[in-house]
Amino acid sequence: MLRYTVNRVLLMIPTLIGVAVLVFFLLRVVPGDIVEVKLRGDGGNVSQATVEMERKRLGLDRPILTQFGDWMVGMAKGDLGISMWTERPVIEEISLRLELSLQVALMATFIAVLLAIPMGTLAALFRDTWIDYTVRILTIGGISIPAFWFGMLIMLSLLAFFNWLPPITFTPIYVDPIANLTQLIWPAMAVGYRYCAVVARMIRSSLLEVLNEDYIRTARAKGVYERTVISRHALRNALLPAITVIGLEFTFLIGGLVVTEQVFNLNGIGQLFVQSVSRNDFMLIQGMVMLIAAFYVFVNLIIDLLYAVFDPRIRYG
Amino acid sequence: MKITRRTALQGTAGALALGVSGFDFDFTKAEAQAPAVKRGGNLTFAISAEAPHYDPHASDTYATLHLAAPFYSTLLRYNLSKFPGVEGDIAQSWQVAPDQLSYTFKLHPNVKFADGSTLTSADVKATYDRLRNPPEGVVSTRRATFADIGAIETPDANTIVFKMKAANSSMLDHFASPWNTIYSAKDLAENPANPRTKINGTGPFTFVEHVKGSHVSGKKNENYFKKGLPYLDGFKGIFTLQAAAMLNALQGGQVLAEFRGVSPAERDRMVAAMGDKLRVEESSWTLNLIVAFNVEKKPFDDVRVRKALLMAIDRWGGSQGLSRISTLRSVGGAVRPGSPLATPESELVKLPGFSKDIKKSREEAKKLLKEAGQENLKFTLWNRNLAMPYTPAGIFLVDQWRQIGVTVENKQSDTAPYLAALRSGNYEVAVDFSNLFNDDPTLALTKFLSHEKNPLNLSRANDAEIDKLYDMQLRERDVEKRKAHIRALEKRLFEQAYQQPLFWWHRIVLTHKTVMGWKMSPSHNLGAQLEGVWLNT
Repeated sequence: MLRYTVNRVLLMIPTLIGVAVLVFFLLRVVPGDIVEVKLRGDGGNVSQATVEMERKRLGLDRPILTQFGDWMVGMAKGDLGISMWTERPVIEEISLRLELSLQVALMATFIAVLLAIPMGTLAALFRDTWIDYTVRILTIGGISIPAFWFGMLIMLSLLAFFNWLPPITFTPIYVDPIANLTQLIWPAMAVGYRYCAVVARMIRSSLLEVLNEDYIRTARAKGVYERTVISRHALRNALLPAITVIGLEFTFLIGGLVVTEQVFNLNGIGQLFVQSVSRNDFMLIQGMVMLIAAFYVFVNLIIDLLYAVFDPRIRYG
Repeated sequence: MKITRRTALQGTAGALALGVSGFDFDFTKAEAQAPAVKRGGNLTFAISAEAPHYDPHASDTYATLHLAAPFYSTLLRYNLSKFPGVEGDIAQSWQVAPDQLSYTFKLHPNVKFADGSTLTSADVKATYDRLRNPPEGVVSTRRATFADIGAIETPDANTIVFKMKAANSSMLDHFASPWNTIYSAKDLAENPANPRTKINGTGPFTFVEHVKGSHVSGKKNENYFKKGLPYLDGFKGIFTLQAAAMLNALQGGQVLAEFRGVSPAERDRMVAAMGDKLRVEESSWTLNLIVAFNVEKKPFDDVRVRKALLMAIDRWGGSQGLSRISTLRSVGGAVRPGSPLATPESELVKLPGFSKDIKKSREEAKKLLKEAGQENLKFTLWNRNLAMPYTPAGIFLVDQWRQIGVTVENKQSDTAPYLAALRSGNYEVAVDFSNLFNDDPTLALTKFLSHEKNPLNLSRANDAEIDKLYDMQLRERDVEKRKAHIRALEKRLFEQAYQQPLFWWHRIVLTHKTVMGWKMSPSHNLGAQLEGVWLNT
């Protein structure tokens, strides 16, 4: 198990270096210049000399390999550089938004898992009954309705029925838990619904497959209680593919809630990502891509380790 | 909420019932209706964009002003009740020499910066020196507008004299510009780039915090030099980057105003939802879209082709349709229609591209294209990827040119690649824009100076006659003569058809009726100080 873990951790390093090389050079191919956007994007009548001076000040006039080298060295020291738009450290810009995005992702995951496991299990156990049909209708709805649209529906319903909206600015949970939860429960529900639908369907289909396996029949033939058969033999194995989905969905939520964040006016990573792309803020884009790549790699590591926990064949293989 | 044609029409009717004026806002009427002022309270309003820094000297986006203006003063400012008239801000009085070669300002005494230091003429001098001759590493986007200042003298702590190298008819407008915020000489001496990240002004509010991506807040400046002002205890500007989120927040009362402007559809939705709780104010806007032909690309080097394309555009008919769905409305020349130096409609219709007889105009356009051998012309229109109002403008142009047999692809790009293409000259025709903050013709006409003088002239044309007329209007002290130079410049510009304003925008501002004392103007860059705003709660 230790060797397996060490191998997986070591594999993260070349993966992240590969991502760094790709993101850095691909961004340099994109047409556009952040200095132009900053100084002329709103119709500013600045001279070319001023544009060149700003490019020099931001270090954009240096050879591309020097810029790459500096960035890689900085990353090795934990420094992601300076945002070319705000001129504040990239880490500061990200950390300011990460708390909110992480909390929404965690809350959505909590809601999704809490609902998806019983829903998926019940649907599989009571296949082709009204319970199954209800779960299927709910989950198909969850997959079909985009999270942002559901979010808009929530906001408009709150407005129409209660003439009330959640707070518009973020308060950390340790400062005021009520204000924090009042703001974030709605986006968490909006994205959690879709997330729950995906996981519930995965659990249902996976459990249906497992319930037909020989070892389940054997367990039943041995006279093991049905509840034990389901919880210890069937569900445990059926959860393996669901864990992968939960992990991937969680990572997606960190940076992928662009529209949902806009609907709820959340100051999250998704909005920052879109803004930095539209401004060609290379340093910030690079920093965020690296952050999300690191999340993906880390969550995948956790998933792999959980596989080993749930499935001894992987652990001893 | 489902917006149907019926609810939209009801909304429009509602807006009219709520006292929306059609073309120009009636400032005096609004003031006469104002009830007695109440002090205290905090105004929460939406800012639809976030500035990268706090330095208006280096910025052209309203987002900087909506964030920073409440903390700063300027030498003069626009009197929004008598726009485009100017009034003193930190200047108590001023004198302009008859030959316009010197401007003397007497400053209010006991004006304090937020750090407690007293403002003197040295601070104003340091500010204007930074504006006209920025040190290494400092950007001054309007540097060219101060090129005529020869020297700045400070005979005493409360007097400042600007000595001019040449008369400049636009100088008072520059002194009243909201972008030219006054900084502390001490701060600038410490680090000329200080105002990018540090706010220390003499405005009605003092800075409390800026949480990036979330909000900016300020509290009442207890030492503000205008006694009794501001009325509010503080404000909070919340960044709402998505229009739907802003409108929801406005409807839900989380924000009480958004001071830039909304589209007609957004106005109609809000009027239908909020009824008489909402105030709708409308005005023509100091923004316009421009159609520019790249004369370095064939066949746009041929004046007949350019002129034909302008003549095919039905501006008067288009204005009626577009104004219902977009912020585009007014038909005008190079200076904002309705403003003191603008070309009146009776003269405008005689210029190419402005005829009201569109059938005849299009017939002539077809003839011109035939003469130029371009009956089956095809080209790409470079446009910005912004829904309002660039998308409707692009679609409108494609349709207008289709009617004379020209095939056009409307290519919409994000700002960065759009600007990159325009800088490289790799385009045929582009939708350009003018972001003005006043009606001063010099500012509006700079766009049309020869490309060798102004690289932002998207037609890339060099025309010595236009340059000469531009200089003549700039130096002319007699208003009527100045008007004549402006007319001559417009005539030359539109006869040569290098570029031409498509439509001027229409500004619609929504506020809760509890927000009082805010003054509507034709520019979203003005009135952001909030000193006279109060809450009627």
